[in-house]
Amino acid sequence: MLAWRRRADVLSTLFFFVIVASLFPLGIGPETELLRSIAPGVVWVAALLASMLSLGRVFANDFQDGTLEQLLLTPQPLFLVVAGKVFAQWLTAEVPLVFIAPLLGLQFGLSKQTLVVLVISLLLGTPVLSLIGSIGAALTLGLRSSNVLIAILVLPLYIPVLIFGAGAVQASVLGFDPQPHLYLLGALLVLSLIFSPWATAAALRISVE
Amino acid sequence: MGHRGSAQDIGRINWQPFDFGPREATKTRRRSTKNKEQSTTFLRPKTKVQSPFIPMNLYKYSSPVNFYPLAGRLIPWFAIPAAILFTVGMFVGFFIAPADFQQGEAYRIIFIHVPAAWLGMFLYVLMAIYAGIGWAFNARLSSMMASSISITGAMFTFLSLVTGAFWGKPTWGTWWVWDARMTSTLILMFLYIGFISLQSSIEDPRRADRAGAVLAIVGVINIPIIYFSVQWWNTLHQGATIRLLQKPTIHGSMLYALLIMLAACWLYSVAVVLIRVRCIILEREQNAARFAEATI
Repeated sequence: MLAWRRRADVLSTLFFFVIVASLFPLGIGPETELLRSIAPGVVWVAALLASMLSLGRVFANDFQDGTLEQLLLTPQPLFLVVAGKVFAQWLTAEVPLVFIAPLLGLQFGLSKQTLVVLVISLLLGTPVLSLIGSIGAALTLGLRSSNVLIAILVLPLYIPVLIFGAGAVQASVLGFDPQPHLYLLGALLVLSLIFSPWATAAALRISVE
Repeated sequence: MGHRGSAQDIGRINWQPFDFGPREATKTRRRSTKNKEQSTTFLRPKTKVQSPFIPMNLYKYSSPVNFYPLAGRLIPWFAIPAAILFTVGMFVGFFIAPADFQQGEAYRIIFIHVPAAWLGMFLYVLMAIYAGIGWAFNARLSSMMASSISITGAMFTFLSLVTGAFWGKPTWGTWWVWDARMTSTLILMFLYIGFISLQSSIEDPRRADRAGAVLAIVGVINIPIIYFSVQWWNTLHQGATIRLLQKPTIHGSMLYALLIMLAACWLYSVAVVLIRVRCIILEREQNAARFAEATI
């Protein structure tokens, strides 16, 4: 709800996603075949970068006005609070990406079936990005160069998500069954759902103390 | 958000982004008891908890100030054998081991490449263990060891990438292949860089230690996932192109040279890590160290 008051943030993330993905055809050339083969990777990398943009805001505002310290003092377990915040971040920053992604897929000449796989893979993968990213956001809280630092910390950890997410779409483009990739993405989602709120909570305690 | 408007929070808003002065002050006030406790342990290290299993004088060395002279005494014991073994290993590797019948002389770079790659991986785990101990038991020396190890580990990972490229050019005809092992080594390098840059951008050393510990542990959990996903990605995209090092039945002297070089790299790492940890102790515990020197 609070994030909705600053719609510009949500929209700018969305436009960033669209613009980054649109830059690739301009840089590579308009051949449909080539574009179709690189589309999965391009859309996924663009989604990765766009979700990075909004990470810095997950805890920063609360940290600055002191809300975060109040949240740390609440009787509820901290990882629940963290899970709530991350869920909100996912809803406001990543779900719009999932909905706009089929449009980008059309630009790259993907088939209807592949677009469905793209949306499913993004739906499974983007929560993992938010969850892992929140660890980085909590660790870099209040540091001067925190935005660049988040990228360095979090992007290597995103690699499995990228591989399986783009892999699912790629498999669908090539006419294979994308299900194994999607199952693995689901497994990553479950793992990160279990571990990362806990790690984020620990990181928050360290950063705020 | 009903808390806005209370005097305390207005104060907090004003302090936050630029003026760290008052915040630091409250922090030190809050932790003053802990600090007092820490500083008195310098004065009387022998009154620590006694365990029935570990003799007391080992506990003594968990204090950075007491460890400092011990590390100084230990360094030559590792550095000198390291230098000797490097020379011996290089000699065996370059002059005694025969040339490989497939790869010719170019294979000799594995005598540095393989130990570097092993140490790069192993030191990350070691670093995470030290960082975890430092975080869990609030042991400063362990955290210092972790940050000291991180640099050596990153150096070895970088070395293994560079020597791998030098080896790949004559044998494979290319500097770089997106092979599973090479890619995961590259990612390991990124993880090291993340750890080092996180620690160096946090000014409060204790926060840097703990934040680094969280990152290192998350990284350790992720390493197997990253490794297997990269391997799978590789088989999916590339099919069978070039396999790393078709192991020929390794010649005896090659194996000896490799093992000697491995031991040399180990000893070197220990020596360098100890030297660096001494620097870190000096940096962080200046006053306490001076005190110790004055009394000893």
